[in-house]
Amino acid sequence: MKIIVCIKQVPDAKDVRLDPKTNTLAREGVQSIMNPYDQHAVEEAVRLKELLGGEVTVLSMGPPQAEEVLRQAISCGADHAVLVSDRAFAGADTWATSYTLAKAVNVIGAFDLLLCGKQAIDGDTAQVGPGLAMRLQIPYVTCVQKVRQATDSGLILERMMDDGYDVLAVDLPVLLTVVKDINEPRVPSLKGKMRAKKVEIRRLTAADIGADPACIGLPGSPTQVVKVFPPEARCQRAVFTGSLDEQIKQLVDSLHPYL
Amino acid sequence: MLIIDKDLCIGCGICESSCPFGAITVVDGCAVVADGCTLCGTCVETCEPGALKIEGAEKNAPLDLTGWSGVWVYCEFRRGALAPVSLELLGIGRRLADTRKVPLSAVLIGSETGDTARQLIAHGADTVYRIDDPALAHFTDEAYGAIMTSLIRQHTPEIVLAGATAIGRSFIPGVATTLDAGLTADCTQLAIREEDGALLQTRPAFGGNIMATIVCPNSRPQMSTVRPKVMVALAFDAERQGNIVEVHAEPAHLATRVRVIESVVSEEDNVNIQESDILVAGGRGLDSAKGFTLMRELAASLGGAVAATRAVVDAGWIGYPHQVGQTGKTVAPKLYIACGISGAVQHVAGMQSAETIVAINRDKDAPIFAVADFGLVGDLYEIVPKLLTEIEERRKS
Amino acid sequence: MDYFLSEEQKMIVEIARQITDERIIPQRAELDENDAFPRAILNEMAQADLFGIPIPEEFGGFGGGCLDIVLALEQLGRGCIGVGTAFAASSLGVYPILIAGSQEMREKYLSDVASGRKFAAFGLTEANAGSDASGIQTTAVLDGDEWVINGTKQWITNGGEAQIYTIVAITDRSRGARGASMLVVEEGDPGFSCGPKEKKMGIRSSSTTELIFKDCRIPKDRLIGRKGTGFITVMKTLDSSRPGIAALGLGLAQGALDEAATYAKQRVQFGKPIIAFQAVQHMLADMAIQLEAARALVYGAARHIDAHPNDMSKVSSMCKVFATDMAMKVATDAVQVMGGYGYMREYPVEKMMRDAKILQIYEGTNQIQRNVVGQELNKEYGRT
Repeated sequence: MKIIVCIKQVPDAKDVRLDPKTNTLAREGVQSIMNPYDQHAVEEAVRLKELLGGEVTVLSMGPPQAEEVLRQAISCGADHAVLVSDRAFAGADTWATSYTLAKAVNVIGAFDLLLCGKQAIDGDTAQVGPGLAMRLQIPYVTCVQKVRQATDSGLILERMMDDGYDVLAVDLPVLLTVVKDINEPRVPSLKGKMRAKKVEIRRLTAADIGADPACIGLPGSPTQVVKVFPPEARCQRAVFTGSLDEQIKQLVDSLHPYL
Repeated sequence: MLIIDKDLCIGCGICESSCPFGAITVVDGCAVVADGCTLCGTCVETCEPGALKIEGAEKNAPLDLTGWSGVWVYCEFRRGALAPVSLELLGIGRRLADTRKVPLSAVLIGSETGDTARQLIAHGADTVYRIDDPALAHFTDEAYGAIMTSLIRQHTPEIVLAGATAIGRSFIPGVATTLDAGLTADCTQLAIREEDGALLQTRPAFGGNIMATIVCPNSRPQMSTVRPKVMVALAFDAERQGNIVEVHAEPAHLATRVRVIESVVSEEDNVNIQESDILVAGGRGLDSAKGFTLMRELAASLGGAVAATRAVVDAGWIGYPHQVGQTGKTVAPKLYIACGISGAVQHVAGMQSAETIVAINRDKDAPIFAVADFGLVGDLYEIVPKLLTEIEERRKS
Repeated sequence: MDYFLSEEQKMIVEIARQITDERIIPQRAELDENDAFPRAILNEMAQADLFGIPIPEEFGGFGGGCLDIVLALEQLGRGCIGVGTAFAASSLGVYPILIAGSQEMREKYLSDVASGRKFAAFGLTEANAGSDASGIQTTAVLDGDEWVINGTKQWITNGGEAQIYTIVAITDRSRGARGASMLVVEEGDPGFSCGPKEKKMGIRSSSTTELIFKDCRIPKDRLIGRKGTGFITVMKTLDSSRPGIAALGLGLAQGALDEAATYAKQRVQFGKPIIAFQAVQHMLADMAIQLEAARALVYGAARHIDAHPNDMSKVSSMCKVFATDMAMKVATDAVQVMGGYGYMREYPVEKMMRDAKILQIYEGTNQIQRNVVGQELNKEYGRT
């Protein structure tokens, strides 16, 4: 089975803190990591490869330093890595990103399965996966929580819904986006790490993938950010006084509208 | 790309600290931009001397926007019931449509929808496009997406809204891509820009640490998914008039490559935490899975549902559908009671749009207290039982 | 301190650290509480190639040396030396095969151990033969094409969990120390069974049982090396493995120091964090100083062993004594710094202090190690 996994480098949310005084992001020491959902996508791809044979290619669109997450994916069992990187991609929204990734997938060649994380934790849109599938004219299933059965021709999946889950059967090729319930990503292996250090990462530019300049980056993005501002301070910050019992009484008073 | 005017830059570093991506550094008294720049524009706003600007943002050929008119709302119908977010969307949709002086239409896709279309009219819709077919009993991205796409192409609305639910966030991105339309995910505010009538879509980014307002200047329709529980539904008005337009699904639209074998309702607390008005959430401070018994008791007493942090979901104390936060669900209930939750930024991102937040934690310095409206410092195993008793007594009196 | 590790050594540290932080630390209290063998964590280590570190590349291993294994064990020890012991004991169990086994035997067993498909255990100790190995009662007698083993081994780490056991038995009582041989016994061999799990003070996640041989019959070719070379193989095995025990001590002490220092910064008494008090500062300083001195000795000894494999006894014993005595001291002091909290199961130093004690006892007590060092000194100074 030929599997392509799309991954993204994002700032580690655990390092991102809001400065309470200035209400800006305190970024000191913020590490870049592989988007957490994407780690589950890589793991699922490697497990399917171990089950059915084949190879796993990881694909990322981003600045040159996004190579780090591609190497991390190699250390966890992926075989090949491709980085689509070009200053012209900057400012891409999900429409332009799915266009760019689709062009890159066409350059990589035939595949049976495309895996993505459910969403990236910096943008939280969950739109690139479905968009990419539409451009490649393949079906997609979002929020996959379990691969029940996998053969070289099709999959049986559980997709998370708001009220439970749906069990779906789908033929290949297909694109899946995965949630973290699907698996527990492995720790990289020693051999994987050594391979990751040496592996050659294929670099593709906008020209290499034959991208229309009007469809990439900021010019290619139908959505445009017009304003960025800090959220309104929201809390009422009532301070209760007295013994714990008295404080609980005051709390119940305050919660009166909800009782 | 981001252009820095070296003559105007005073090297103050405000852009450096405001950049959410860490892509700007001040070198030798002048700002320098690196590859991490996403052209989000935050820095441009903050630059006092006006040394920063984003160029090359203009689309080559602006689209002809005339002919796109009307506000549409996708109304989610599943297992014989309308998703509550649908009525909220009609509420905001009505406001947008009135501002634009255009009609509001609802799209109802499903099977055996009964008098749902009438309800939608009573809640504000002028027209309901009803596609009721046994083949649509189960949601599939392909069928729902193909029907929606075809209807939009036919009727060319200027705005299309859908709930930011599992279904809305799954098939709407596919529709937007096919239509070459801009789509903004998980919006919490929607408004019309006065000068040109464009839809201003505001959503939290970076786990809610910044808000971004987004427009689609050159594409139609302008599409948004909207976070449940944020918008307000209009009251039911049986007198409201409207049309119901029956649409017959084309066989080609019903053919799907993904087949639904079975649709399972979660046995464990069959409740969608995103639709619950009251959430009682537990974190590591519960000390063990048994703590959720107490959480369920409090939730039951308040008529709410149980939520959890990533740490305890990872520890296997409760299932993933209950997880609130950056890698779980984003919720906006009326009341959120956080028990034994420290308040990691990833968790806060998922719950800070709650109307009222109560925090119970033994560590008085826990960051959760910074976002809480009401805080109690102490042992939750002492506080919660007392709280339960107090609520009971209050109800009796 | 910078110990100038190679790229590969840094990778070993990173992987072992990740397993420790993400898998061992979140589970250690529960494993300890339930005497539960860390099967899932060991499988994860196998997947990450850690079991392959000491195994030659031709058998699918990494071909690493003493320092490589020390670095891995130090990280694991920081999380839980019970888990670290289960891991280390599997290496210990195959050292005899690595040191003295035939090519066929190496081919048969080493790749399974390198991949973690099989675990190994080492069986030396008996009720009357601990520090004094000449008290061994277990016998192996050749009967046609089979060895017949009788006797009982005691306190064997990974007993009941391993598939491959390398054991010492007397094959010729008349020849004294030269009458002992090493043999491989496999799980399921007729007449071989393991006793119930022992209840221990610490390292409770590791399994410790008796190995019981009642007319246990195994094929003739399970003899490791030549007949009568058992004690030499045992000595070489223990010489190779002791720096690993020292490394567990380094890790444990590092974990205890981390807990104590973090606590001392947070705990406020008399209006100040207790780290501001000199009495506490001095305790923490002594812990850090002893730890770093031990680390320098262990790493130095491991490098010496990698460069001079025929001269390892003294440095191996020296580093084991120093690092494990240090670990006991640092763990005890960590409990002291944390006061009443340190004594509670809710905090990890309580377990660390219970765990640390075994380091001074197993793989040769620290008293025996001092004998080894003393005898080496006697030899060295006798030459001049």
